[in-house]
Amino acid sequence: MTQILKHFAALLVAALPLGLTHAAVYQEPAEFVNESFHGKPPASSALWLTPELKKQMEEILGHPPTGMRVRYWHDQERTTWVMDEIGKELPITTGIVINKDTIERVRVLIFRESRGWEVRHDFFTDQFRGAGMNGKGSLDRNIDGISGATLSVRAVEKLARVALLLDQTIKRKQ
Amino acid sequence: MKLAPKRHLLALSATLLAFTTGQAAEAPTAEQMWEIIQQQQQQIEALQQQLNQTDEKVAETDQKVEIAGDMIEQAGGLPAEASWVTRSKIGGYGELHYNDLDSGNEMDFHRFVLFFGHQFTDNIRFFSEVELEHSIAGEGANGEVELEQAFIEFDLGDSHVAKAGLFLMPVGLINETHEPPTFYGVERNAVEKNIIPTTWWEAGGAVRGELAPGFSYDFAVTSGLNVPMTGGNAFKIRNGRQKVSEAAAESLAYTGRLKWTGMPGVELAMSAQYQEDITQGVMDVGATLFEAHADIQRGPFGLRALYARWDLDDAAAIAAADPAAAGRDEQTGWYIEPSVRGRLGDIPGEFGAFVRYDVWDNNSGAANLTEKRQSNLGFNYWPIPDVVLKFDIQRQDNEDGNDVDGFNLGVGYQF
Repeated sequence: MTQILKHFAALLVAALPLGLTHAAVYQEPAEFVNESFHGKPPASSALWLTPELKKQMEEILGHPPTGMRVRYWHDQERTTWVMDEIGKELPITTGIVINKDTIERVRVLIFRESRGWEVRHDFFTDQFRGAGMNGKGSLDRNIDGISGATLSVRAVEKLARVALLLDQTIKRKQ
Repeated sequence: MKLAPKRHLLALSATLLAFTTGQAAEAPTAEQMWEIIQQQQQQIEALQQQLNQTDEKVAETDQKVEIAGDMIEQAGGLPAEASWVTRSKIGGYGELHYNDLDSGNEMDFHRFVLFFGHQFTDNIRFFSEVELEHSIAGEGANGEVELEQAFIEFDLGDSHVAKAGLFLMPVGLINETHEPPTFYGVERNAVEKNIIPTTWWEAGGAVRGELAPGFSYDFAVTSGLNVPMTGGNAFKIRNGRQKVSEAAAESLAYTGRLKWTGMPGVELAMSAQYQEDITQGVMDVGATLFEAHADIQRGPFGLRALYARWDLDDAAAIAAADPAAAGRDEQTGWYIEPSVRGRLGDIPGEFGAFVRYDVWDNNSGAANLTEKRQSNLGFNYWPIPDVVLKFDIQRQDNEDGNDVDGFNLGVGYQF
């Protein structure tokens, strides 16, 4: 028993200097939007989700979308989206910029899961750059996953596809 | 209200008509013209005012719709007192197997597993996994109910996590991630099962985290193995799992892992464990595990390879304890598994084909040949990512002549 207590105490002492913090915020969403429009973001707009659009989103997400609207920022050919999707247990907040029908940038902004945080790294998100939609609602390229982070990878990929779908939807309305 | 602009247009038309018909009879005077222009100006202003009012009402309606949308979305959530529901998650996985092998034919709901997790705060959470193996548990039954995971986890900074409780050991490819849709083959591979030994859980404390982008570590201090010292399974690692059931804790185990996932689709890792005495104070037999693996999935092509080796102290004492244990001071194994995965035409879902070659020996230290070799060739079909149908052909060559050949069918799921 003494031995167990000694080892646990050593483990705890080693860990304490790291300090308890909240979910990892890698970039505030407002800052991401600001950066996406070079410091001059347009006012946000709201895209109301019609039954048809909800159905298309459900096909991608594997579940009905939450909420009735999606906020976005739109200037000329560029749209920016900040959306949440659950990986295993908790939402991953991801920012996605679409420019001329292809993905310009994907960035994981807030990560709340206890596993799979590797998706935040550029070596993963850079794979989305230049990706568009093929005729079947999938990305037009393969995204290599990260072993042990399968569900987080899947969540970010779904959000990228949803952003492309919503971008196409608002541009069709114009 | 909608008719008002029409009325103005009619009045304007009548005026113009009167003007044009009158003109034919008699040209209007300058005074009459001025009056007509004044009337027209008033009508234009009235129309403009109505237009402005309409614009204002449209903007006001937009605003009301947005506010209503906000309220509906907010009202759609659960009341505050039920927030524990939103902070709790359930999940699970399961697999049904049919084995048609030389050792016999069998239908078995091998695993039925439920997860339950609860998020106490943003940085403290609970996770658990309860498993029913082989459908029925109880005295004389084939199966058993097992608590495979139950721990509290604490976030330490953005990239470090500590946990305490009962958890899976950070060793190998499928010990921690073994939901059926995540691996090829109906049955788990023989090397991780017989050498590592998967599924392997212990209780204690652990930390894990990221040292650099894509470079992570694990370190755990836990309860240890307690191998039998006599009988056919004497000193077999797999039979030393205590499953944290009133487990003898005279000798703890120290486990570490370094893992690199710095490139999409690539994982390289190695783990090691040291335990001072895997007989928990009876014979003083120290043991060391070394394991290394690669898991590569680039585009449609995949490759998994793993090597594991246990070294136990005092070969002579082990052999003296029971003749069956001779050579169990070394227990080794390795496997390699290339695969290819993708879509087939317009068929929904994905297909994957694989071949795996396993070699393992729980008596490596013995002079006589005790090695076992197994080849599997088969495919997985995922109609959706969380559901899988499996088929594989198996050939197992044993040095004792008891080969186990045949085929396996399976269906699995996770949620």
